[in-house]
Amino acid sequence: MVSLLDIIGPVMVGPSSSHTAGACRLGLLARCLVGDTPDRALLELHGSFARTGEGHGTDKALVGGLMGFRPDDERLRTALDIMEHEGLDYRFEKTTLDDDAHPNSVRITVERGDRKSVMVGASLGAGRVLVTEIDGYAVQVTGNLHTIVLVAADVKGSVARIATILSDGELNIATLKLSRKERGGDAFMVIEVDEQPSEAVRDAIRGLTWVKWAFRLDKVSA
Amino acid sequence: MYRSLAEAIADAEAQGISLSQLALETEARDQGRPVSEIREALGRALHVMNGAVERGMTGDLFSASGLVGGDAAKLRNGPPGPLAGTPFRDVLARALAVQEVNAAMGVIVAAPTAGGAGVLPAVLTGLAAARNLTDDQVIDALATAALIGAVVAERASLSGAEGGCQAETGAAAGMAAGAATEMLGGTPAQVGHATALAQQGTLGLVCDPLGGLVELPCVFRNATGAAIALAAIEMALAGVTFAIPVDEVIDTMGEIGRNMDVRYRETAGGGLAATPTGRRLAKERLVSIKRRS
Repeated sequence: MVSLLDIIGPVMVGPSSSHTAGACRLGLLARCLVGDTPDRALLELHGSFARTGEGHGTDKALVGGLMGFRPDDERLRTALDIMEHEGLDYRFEKTTLDDDAHPNSVRITVERGDRKSVMVGASLGAGRVLVTEIDGYAVQVTGNLHTIVLVAADVKGSVARIATILSDGELNIATLKLSRKERGGDAFMVIEVDEQPSEAVRDAIRGLTWVKWAFRLDKVSA
Repeated sequence: MYRSLAEAIADAEAQGISLSQLALETEARDQGRPVSEIREALGRALHVMNGAVERGMTGDLFSASGLVGGDAAKLRNGPPGPLAGTPFRDVLARALAVQEVNAAMGVIVAAPTAGGAGVLPAVLTGLAAARNLTDDQVIDALATAALIGAVVAERASLSGAEGGCQAETGAAAGMAAGAATEMLGGTPAQVGHATALAQQGTLGLVCDPLGGLVELPCVFRNATGAAIALAAIEMALAGVTFAIPVDEVIDTMGEIGRNMDVRYRETAGGGLAATPTGRRLAKERLVSIKRRS
């Protein structure tokens, strides 16, 4: 359903909702995979992001997102200078992802401390984004809701345990998707919740012995 | 939200309310939020729009490529033309201002898109200033504009990549024309005619930005889009009607967009982008952006 505020909005730094606002949101989501501003990042631009990204400030918006700036933050304009000043090691490369990759796609490898993660995402237009891959797992994360992603060993009752933690944390599950690469292999869970999960909830999930890693992806929609 | 302006106009007339009131009440029901909260959000959008108009008038902003910038200030301070001192000239200046801010990575409201973000604030704030209207009146007009945009999104498209510039500055002109017509005392039926009159004037308009950047002709198309909106408002308030119903005009925009060659849909493969000068400028400027970054 179209909302009036989809039409009059979002408030954003120009010039392009897909190449600037959407790129910033992808950076914000990648940041969540290491929990904070990454020390190092490799940004591989595909398609139109690679061809016209510089003129649209796609590079600045991605970097700004990694540093935690939101799409309406005027610091996006000088994000590359701020990045240098902060001594962050972010590099850009042009790449060609799969044939069916959306024209505005980017693969972002982020590192912070000993944590490293790879995310593939696309900017779909009007600022909407879709993360399609995290650490080799096929996912569909829109950032329209607060999301928890986790990798767990394939043990019985895992969903019930996590649902209990979420419910104890006063969180209402909007969607839950479970996938695994093979039977008995790691299970990948993407859970969208209506409220922002606390760090305590994330830590409780991380505390489960069979959970390999878990992250909160904050809501990035307007 | 409504999928037909004819239906919205009929409902507003039956209930004896304005289209803005109908839009706000429908949104409140759809989203489960109070009208006051929606008005507050539109008020914040108006605040950003006013800020962009003001920022763009200073004349010291330039886009990444340097191809656009400084023209809003020329209309504000430059030599007079036949329309000097009129709201028309002021609206043109405001449209250029917002779009110059957008091209320079300033803060704007995508309304309905970033590429067409200059038309609506220019027409609404320009005419509100000329008539000393209140912010509340402009906020109501934004609700009507959003209602029109929602119908265009459902029936046609609001994306240059899908429908050409008729779906961006064209849709913005339709939204601005309808919204301002209500703001200046027009009836719901007159709002429909104003929207149809503006949208018909932009049918077939291609999206052909140099180098694929939201700069040229985008900045100027926001000014000419605003001019078309003003023409439609003037006609509709004078009682001029358009014989093809507004929903059918919007459907036509969608149909033309779907049949438009991909070269004219934001790919920089045709139109002004493909002229010898367009190609040369895009190449030179993109190289210079790379050198600086």
